[in-house]
Amino acid sequence: MFNKIQKFILFDILKNRIVIAYTLLLAVLAWSVFSLEDDSNKGVLTLLNIVLLTTPLVSIIFTTIYLYNSAEFIELLLSQPVRRSKIWAGLFLGLFFSLGLSFMIGAGIPILLFVAGRTAFILLVMGILITAIFVSLGFLCTILARDKARGIGIAILLWLYFSLLFDGLVLFLLFQFADYPIEKVMVVVSALNPIDLARIFIILQLDVSAMLGYTGAIFKDFFGTGLGAVLGFLLLCLWAVIPYLISRRLFIRKDL
Amino acid sequence: MIDIQHISKQFGKFQVLKDVNLTCAPGQCIALIGPNGCGKTTLIKSILGMVIPTSGTILFNGKNIASDYHYRHQIGYMPQKGRYPDNMTIGQVIDMIKDIRNTKSELDEELIDAFRLNDIMDKKMMNLSGGTTQKVSASLAFLFNPDVLILDEPTAGLDPLAAEILKEKIIAENKKGKLIFITSHLLSELDDLVTDVVLMQEGDIRFHMSTSLLKEQTNTTSLAKAITYILKRDHVQ
Repeated sequence: MFNKIQKFILFDILKNRIVIAYTLLLAVLAWSVFSLEDDSNKGVLTLLNIVLLTTPLVSIIFTTIYLYNSAEFIELLLSQPVRRSKIWAGLFLGLFFSLGLSFMIGAGIPILLFVAGRTAFILLVMGILITAIFVSLGFLCTILARDKARGIGIAILLWLYFSLLFDGLVLFLLFQFADYPIEKVMVVVSALNPIDLARIFIILQLDVSAMLGYTGAIFKDFFGTGLGAVLGFLLLCLWAVIPYLISRRLFIRKDL
Repeated sequence: MIDIQHISKQFGKFQVLKDVNLTCAPGQCIALIGPNGCGKTTLIKSILGMVIPTSGTILFNGKNIASDYHYRHQIGYMPQKGRYPDNMTIGQVIDMIKDIRNTKSELDEELIDAFRLNDIMDKKMMNLSGGTTQKVSASLAFLFNPDVLILDEPTAGLDPLAAEILKEKIIAENKKGKLIFITSHLLSELDDLVTDVVLMQEGDIRFHMSTSLLKEQTNTTSLAKAITYILKRDHVQ
C-alpha cells in the first residue's frame, strides 16, 4: 500500500528553501562544468568530485535537522493509529524521494544532456545511492543522540570521516605498507567507504583508471567484471539499508 | 475502559513512575494534577503508547495496548505544544490526519467552525501563532469523535474566548459519556469541568477521588481550595 505519511512529507520538503537551494546549486554547478569543459569525460570527473562532496553533506545534515525539527510532529503521528515502523518508513521515503528528486533535477538533467548513455546512467545511479546512504546515516545519527546539537555534530563528523579523514587514513596505510602487496586489501578497504566505492565505479567507466596506477588495475580486474560490479552495487545498497534498519529497530523501542 | 496496572517507568537511574494503578470509566472527566516533573506527561504518553513502560500493563477495553496499535482509533490527543511540518497549510494538516486515520465514522468539525479555522485554511503552519496552532491541535483531537480524549494543558496559550469554546466542548463531549483526561496547572479553570481528580506526586498516585467527595472531605467549595488544603496539611505533617 502507498504510504500516506511519505506523500505528505515529500510535499512538505519539496517546498523547503534549503532543498530548493540545493537543487539550484547542483544545477548551476553541473551546467557550468559542462559548458566550460569541451571534453565531457573531464566534465564528468569534475562534476563527480563536486557531487561526492555536496550530496553526502546536504543529505545527512538536512535529514538530521529535519528529523529533529519534526520531533513534535512525530509525536502527533504516534498518537494516531499507525504502526511505528510505518511512520519511520514514511519519513525515510519522504526524505529520500525529495532529496533524490532534487539531485535528478539539479544534476540529472545536465548529465543526461551532456554525457553519453552508460556513463550518465551510472553517474545518476551513484548519485541516488549516495543520497539514500546518507539519508539513512542521518536517521541513525538522529536516533543515537537525543540532543539536537550532538546529533548534528555526529552527522558532520560522519561526513568529514567519509569525505576526508578516510582517504587520509588510507593514504597513511598505503605509505606504511608500501613494501607489501596490499593492492587486494585496498579493494576490501574501499568497500568500507561508500563515497570511495561510488567514485571507483565512475572512474572505471571513464577509462581513466590508468591514473590510479597498479591499484587501479586491480580495481578494474575486480569492479570491471560483471560479478564485481554487481557486488559493489549490492555493497552500496547495504550501506543504504543497514543504518536505516538499525535506526528503525531503535525507533520502535524509543520513548518519545 | 482504561485499566492501568502496576506501571513503572525508569529513564536511566531516574524512576519517573512507581507502580501506578488507575482505572478509568466512560463518562469520567479526570483532572491529572501534580507538581512539575511528577510523571503526568509520562503517564499520558504511556497510555498513548509513546512511552513504553519498564513494567506493568495498560488495558484498553480489556485489551493490552502493547500488542495492538488499533486502540488509538478511539483516542484523540491534544499535545501541550503541537508542531507541524512548516510548509503545510492548516487544510493540508487536517487532510493528512484524516487520510492517516481513514475513519468511516462521522467527523466532528464543530471546533474547526467555532475557531473559524475555515477562513485561514491556506495559511502555512510556520506562520501561525502559538495560540492558533493550539486551536488546530484541539480541532484535530476532537475531529474523529473518539471515545477517549487526552488533553495536555489544553487552554495554555489560548485566548479567553477560544479557551471558553474549548471548555464548553469538553463539557459537551463529557456529557455524551466520553472519557476525558486533562492535565493543567490552572486549578480554577478545571472546577466546572472535571468529575474526578487524580493527584500525582513523585511518580506515584496520591489519590483518585471524585470532585464532590474531595470537596466534602476537605470541607471546601472549590477544587483549588481543596487541593491547597491537602498539600498544606501534608506540609504540616
